[in-house]
Amino acid sequence: MSLGLSLLAASLVIFAVIEVIPGDPASFMLGLNASEETVAALRDELGLGGGVVARYFSWIGGVLVGDFGTSYTYRVPVSELVAARMWVSLPLTVYALVLSTLIAIPVGAIAASRRGSAADYGIMGVTQLGVAMPNFWFAMLLVLVFAINLRWFSAGGFPGWERGFWGGVKALTLPAIALALPQASILARVMRSSLLEVLGQDYMRTARAKGLTRGQAVRYHGLRNALIPVMTIIGLQFSFLLAGAIIIENVFFLPGLGRLIFQGITQRDLVVVESVVMLLVFAVILVTFLVDLAYAAIDPRLRRGT
Amino acid sequence: MRFPGQLLFGTALSAVFVVAALVSLVWTPFAVDALEIANKLKPPGGTHLLGTDHFGRDILSMLMVGARVSIAVAVIAVGIGMAIGVPLGLLAAANRGSLLDEVVMRGNDLVFAFPSLVIAILITAVFGPSAVNAILAIGIFNIPVFARVTRGGALSLWTLDYVLAARVAGKGKARISVEHILTNIANLLIVQGTIQFSLGILAEAGLSYVGLGAQPPLPSWGRMLAESQTMISLAPHIAIFPGLAIVLTVLGLNLMGDGLRDVLDPRVRRGR
Repeated sequence: MSLGLSLLAASLVIFAVIEVIPGDPASFMLGLNASEETVAALRDELGLGGGVVARYFSWIGGVLVGDFGTSYTYRVPVSELVAARMWVSLPLTVYALVLSTLIAIPVGAIAASRRGSAADYGIMGVTQLGVAMPNFWFAMLLVLVFAINLRWFSAGGFPGWERGFWGGVKALTLPAIALALPQASILARVMRSSLLEVLGQDYMRTARAKGLTRGQAVRYHGLRNALIPVMTIIGLQFSFLLAGAIIIENVFFLPGLGRLIFQGITQRDLVVVESVVMLLVFAVILVTFLVDLAYAAIDPRLRRGT
Repeated sequence: MRFPGQLLFGTALSAVFVVAALVSLVWTPFAVDALEIANKLKPPGGTHLLGTDHFGRDILSMLMVGARVSIAVAVIAVGIGMAIGVPLGLLAAANRGSLLDEVVMRGNDLVFAFPSLVIAILITAVFGPSAVNAILAIGIFNIPVFARVTRGGALSLWTLDYVLAARVAGKGKARISVEHILTNIANLLIVQGTIQFSLGILAEAGLSYVGLGAQPPLPSWGRMLAESQTMISLAPHIAIFPGLAIVLTVLGLNLMGDGLRDVLDPRVRRGR
């Protein structure tokens, strides 16, 4: 229910922003030198003849069945363009999310369980730097070291999944690391403070008192509770990673949604921009919704509440 | 990790860039739009302390003016976020559970679904790229952040005795919000402001890197990085210095924010 409402509201906002374009979208897309007939033809094609309400419903009705309209510059359905590029952006985002989680949870747990040690200070120092690092700059440094100097990876481009799974994974590895490390720094800090808080709870003392070792107590009672705030951040990170992927794709010349959207902006292809933005926002809203569901799975107290 | 010098170090580091930005208003070592192709890609040292870029422009001078752009964008964006977010948060808290509260909070959720990059893309698609768009995009993203922090802080205050006393004394909700609530969550807002300021610097760099921020000839750290990308193997310094400027500024602001929180928020001081 709330998912549907959020999507409805988001679609209204996006539609409204595109609607406020000064003058008429068709002449905006074609530029100043277009002839009147061309503009009229495009107006027709975009369905600009009807009123605002009719246009919104025809757009959103199409979106609901996967018909985003036809790109003006590519002359193909936007859904085809998006489908091809999604297979770069989505795996990149998921790859980065997995890397970030796999790095951050153990690192944060180590820092918390050895609080005040040299390892803790070292980890906190490195994560402080990681938080301050723009991912695209980190990406450029990775290219400088691993692609240009060591030649372990190519500096950019994507061979396509049909040329083999591992080739694709390899091409996405530097971009995923660049995306993941700043996020992993944030996540590790959250994990550390969350676990520290849990370690101070009474039930942890009870667990130790009934004979569990420190490690057992952390594993059976600590981690599960410490992971609840970590889950929130992982959910929030998805939207940052997805937005970050758009930027990182530019560093590595990856043919993903980010490249598509920037081409759309330079070519004034509003149909493409509108659709890709709607898709990105949809993904963010969906993931937020799924995180809420995941809470209930991790924390039984929330199950009855909502 | 809470060493006492954190606040001092962070403030000093941030101050370096603020001072550089201010100095750039009256003086830079070289003019930022002075092209000297004969002097291009000079390594650091000599008359050009941090070297020159592919047009022979002085990198230090560009970094100084870039600091001005970054700081201006981030400060105004924090201002927008506070100017709209704080009153909304106060209103929502004063009318807890009302339709107004619900509308404000749902509106917040909605804006949260639009990462600032996506807002910037939408604005740019319609109005074309400019520094103003970057400010708007980051500012809009800041609104729900401040609304949420304000509402959260204000809600706990509304149950306190002195607020009840003020109500009994006949003060209206608006007056209580300004006189008692706002003054008591000011610390919270200052800390959040520092955090959003550093996030704003990062976001501005990202937007100008992809060409959605300040436009040439105005130098910006993000675009300096974008322009350096194809020459990174020839002259790594033109990619290293703008990146370092971003990292050090953001690091300084983050350390300052953490330090401020420790000093201003007694709960945190006791807790950790």
